Amino acid sequence: MRLGADRILAAPIEDVWSIVTDPERVLSYMSGITRWEVAGDLRTGLGARYRILFRVGAAEVGGLVEVVEFDQPCNFAWTSVTGLDHRGRWRLREAPGGRTRVEFRLAYVVAGAGLSGWVAERVAAPTVAGHVRRTLQQLDRLVGHEQLRARAARRRPPATRP
Amino acid sequence: MAEARTTTSAHRNGREAETPIESPVPESSGALFTRAWRGLAGAVQRRIPRADLDERDPDYIREQLPLFWLFSSLWFRGEVRGLGNIPDEGPVVLVGNHSGGNMIPDTMVFTVAFSTYFGVERPFYQLAHNLVLSLPGLSWLRKFGTVAASPENARKALSSGAALLVYPGGDYEVHRPSWQSSRVDFGGRKGFLRLAIEQDVPIVPVVAIGGQETALFLSRGERLAHLLALDRVLRLKVLPISISLPWIVNVGDFGHIPLPAKITIETLPAIDLRAEFGPDPDVDEVYDHLIRLMQDALDALAAERRFPVIG
Repeated sequence: MRLGADRILAAPIEDVWSIVTDPERVLSYMSGITRWEVAGDLRTGLGARYRILFRVGAAEVGGLVEVVEFDQPCNFAWTSVTGLDHRGRWRLREAPGGRTRVEFRLAYVVAGAGLSGWVAERVAAPTVAGHVRRTLQQLDRLVGHEQLRARAARRRPPATRP
Repeated sequence: MAEARTTTSAHRNGREAETPIESPVPESSGALFTRAWRGLAGAVQRRIPRADLDERDPDYIREQLPLFWLFSSLWFRGEVRGLGNIPDEGPVVLVGNHSGGNMIPDTMVFTVAFSTYFGVERPFYQLAHNLVLSLPGLSWLRKFGTVAASPENARKALSSGAALLVYPGGDYEVHRPSWQSSRVDFGGRKGFLRLAIEQDVPIVPVVAIGGQETALFLSRGERLAHLLALDRVLRLKVLPISISLPWIVNVGDFGHIPLPAKITIETLPAIDLRAEFGPDPDVDEVYDHLIRLMQDALDALAAERRFPVIG
């Protein structure tokens, strides 16, 4: 099952990139996620590993994932090493007016489980699609806040030391 | 075959003394009945599989998870909270209150949640009643890591570094009347605590509600079980009577269709027995503390529920 959604965010591509590739910030915008933990020495970049969990139905599914694409500032993709077989991808492209077109894709497969796997894949799809959609909405909100704060900080006169 | 039987009897869990299979049977009117029961007891004993931890098959579990996830999510609307309280690795005793009759819906919901949370690779065993493991058609349970409840099997699992799920209340608690749904009742069984202390592993209480609403459980039928000598022959202290689908009146509970009651499970923080109760913990004290903790959590879960079954 492959699910995806896209949205145009009012922020430069580098700003969006720094948010989606920061493991510490994933919990603040990704919907349904309950864990995104660095596993290993590498915090970010190609080959970084994370232990992740998504709440879907009565269980939290996920497992160990590894970053397999890290083309700054356009493509960020991971694939599962253990647990549920899945791939995740952020596609960032520059849009006119200093904005960014963001696409979030999740593809998962319940491999080798016969009919129940086929059914489970489809039963889970609306929940996962909802998570994908809300993730983009929440990312939009987060990026918007960051931009506002950055603009406000620029307008503020530099602090004078007492 | 003879060799196989010897190994099986070596794995009986010290209860043979209670089952006088070899004692002479007086030829009275009840002799036939007694002999039939003893024959059955022997058959059950022979069917109890040796605990081979290697029988647990992660690939098999992985393949079955979608089916159980479907049941767990759609039928029971399962909700498992606080799995993060379980240490990420190493041996641990998970102590649960048992509900839902012989269909054990709470175990299914918890096993799915545990297996997806920690991955099927983490060794995880469940202790089950001898009778469950000897029933024909349930051999697949062994692939899930279910082993016969005995101190040796539990010790083996823990010393291999696995997580072990125990339901001390067992058959006694699982068939309690539905109106006692929100009561933790282990029937005073404390063996699991001695084991946890001996093996020096933390215990994690797992509190579940909802299972007792999957049928209308009326009585444990303890007197009936005693009358039929089930307690001596099959280690069964109960012969439950319930109203359940599709039998309407169900005596013995050899399977039923559980009602789609919402099952909520809460995992409480791990208890390090030696850190909390000193180097030589008193079993009774720990038992009382644990029951109190679990009862408080179960009361909170019960207070959340507005309607039976619906949740």
